[in-house]
Amino acid sequence: MSKRFGDFVALDDVSLSVESGSLTALLGPSGGGKSTLLRVIAGLEVPDTGEVWISGQEATALKPQKRDVGFVFQHYAPFTHMTVFDNIAFGLTIRRRPKDEVRARVEELLELVQLKGLGGRYPAQLSGGQRQRMALARALASQPEVLLLDEPFGALDARVRKELREWLLRLHDEMHVTTIFVTHDQEEALELADTVVVMNAGRIEQVAPPRELYDEPANAFVMSFVGPVNRVGNAWVRPHDIEIGHEPREDAHEAQVERIVRLGFEVRVDLVRDDGLRLHVQLTRHEADLLEIAVGDIVWVRMRVERTFSAGGEPTHPVPV
Amino acid sequence: MPGARRRALGTPALSGGLALGYLSLIVLIPLAAVVAKAADGGWHHFWQVAWNREARAALELTFELAGGVVAVNAVTGTALAWTLVRDDFPGKSIVNAIVDLPFALPTIVAGLTLLALYGPTGGVGVDVAYTRWGVLMALLFVTLPFVVRTVQPVLIELDRDMEEAAASLGAGRFTIFRRIVFPHLLPALLSGVALAFARAIGEFGAVILIAGNLPFKTEVASLYVFEHINSDDPTGASALAVLMLVISFTLLLTIGGLRRWATRHDR
Repeated sequence: MSKRFGDFVALDDVSLSVESGSLTALLGPSGGGKSTLLRVIAGLEVPDTGEVWISGQEATALKPQKRDVGFVFQHYAPFTHMTVFDNIAFGLTIRRRPKDEVRARVEELLELVQLKGLGGRYPAQLSGGQRQRMALARALASQPEVLLLDEPFGALDARVRKELREWLLRLHDEMHVTTIFVTHDQEEALELADTVVVMNAGRIEQVAPPRELYDEPANAFVMSFVGPVNRVGNAWVRPHDIEIGHEPREDAHEAQVERIVRLGFEVRVDLVRDDGLRLHVQLTRHEADLLEIAVGDIVWVRMRVERTFSAGGEPTHPVPV
Repeated sequence: MPGARRRALGTPALSGGLALGYLSLIVLIPLAAVVAKAADGGWHHFWQVAWNREARAALELTFELAGGVVAVNAVTGTALAWTLVRDDFPGKSIVNAIVDLPFALPTIVAGLTLLALYGPTGGVGVDVAYTRWGVLMALLFVTLPFVVRTVQPVLIELDRDMEEAAASLGAGRFTIFRRIVFPHLLPALLSGVALAFARAIGEFGAVILIAGNLPFKTEVASLYVFEHINSDDPTGASALAVLMLVISFTLLLTIGGLRRWATRHDR
């Protein structure tokens, strides 16, 4: 499908299929088209060309009301004038479900999203994380086929974000509802999703499981966007694929240690090679301890694996150097 | 000073005093003078001049008309605000400016125009001069901007995500308006309605020409007051004014209470 807003091409001939019950991430820089794609799936935007199918049914012309899709907005879009209970019950009450059924379902959901006892509050009286979970419960209330989340953890602080991620993962394992979420945080995508769709400038760059995405990026964009990377001439090297040694080697370069940062298990070393190239290297604490390096030391660095991509962005074979 | 705490922001005592002083000077003292004038001859006399048949008819008509004005304005004002915020059409900024015109025009001119247009010699074929419909029309003219101008900014600020969320939960357009949009507009709508109501009760300039001042038929409270001042009965005039004040104040307080109730989730 394609979608333009004026001169801006939001989706440029994009095609994607998502397996039922899977947890898929749309990953990419902002303005890359991922939110637009999500909104098209929900029926909140109509594509200029192309089709949307949900569970074997053509949904392109279906209104959002008829799509059986739960949508969690970036800022949660709580109904600020309703209590938490009424928010979650909304999808059920407008379908005129019997009162006891609604009550039972909402209580069940409140428990599921760990908001038990807070049903009588207004959204303004909840924390960011609680509001997020309320929005999730509201979207899940009428048991949608597909759950869509737009930057679900974007507005939360780091600690809450981490908790919620783990919680969402457990929730998905229990409910098995097909879930697609948008994120610009590669760590979030790699941690949560079983399939990651990398989008950039309105196009899909790669669709792959997290591990494949990291180890076999389809092009230079994916390589540089997913995970840290060093650019060495025409080649790309991951920081942990650079070896540091004290002995001179034919396939190694001399370099000076500029900075060492210890982050618990991980040790980051910044080096300047003899040809002026700056390199970022990741070592484990154990490796760093064995090396016994200090700032100012002259060492030898060697690339274990480097990747090159053709002009068209296609990968050429990774070369062990 | 042990136990004493200075506030970081502002000096409430000073600003409160200023507000009260200003309000007294501009509103409360003149109103008190009206009450004093009405009470000139004592309570008994007050009731006698305030509660005669003609005065009661004028009061009834005034509040009936104000009620009609409120009902019509609530619907059309909201619809106008909606169109101005949500729809795009050529000349929108001009329409937007037209909404304020009733404020800019001396109300007597409005009355004159309405009389010329919808009067016996008007070209439209509708003659509402010297009828209650004519008075209603004049009041609708002068109160048009209130609801539009109070609802419009709220509608602009309203988070569209909420409506989209409701749609994705299965709500149709009408349900979205009733359950999501309307509750958010209600406080502003009530403010606008209160203003329109107050204006409709007190309006004089726009109605004096078109009403023709027929007691028991088109004589609203403001005209009654005017007539009684003219016929050298200031006590009768102030007596009715005091009744109007009391009823209006009670109704405005009620609307304010409704408004507090409608915004309970913000507190």
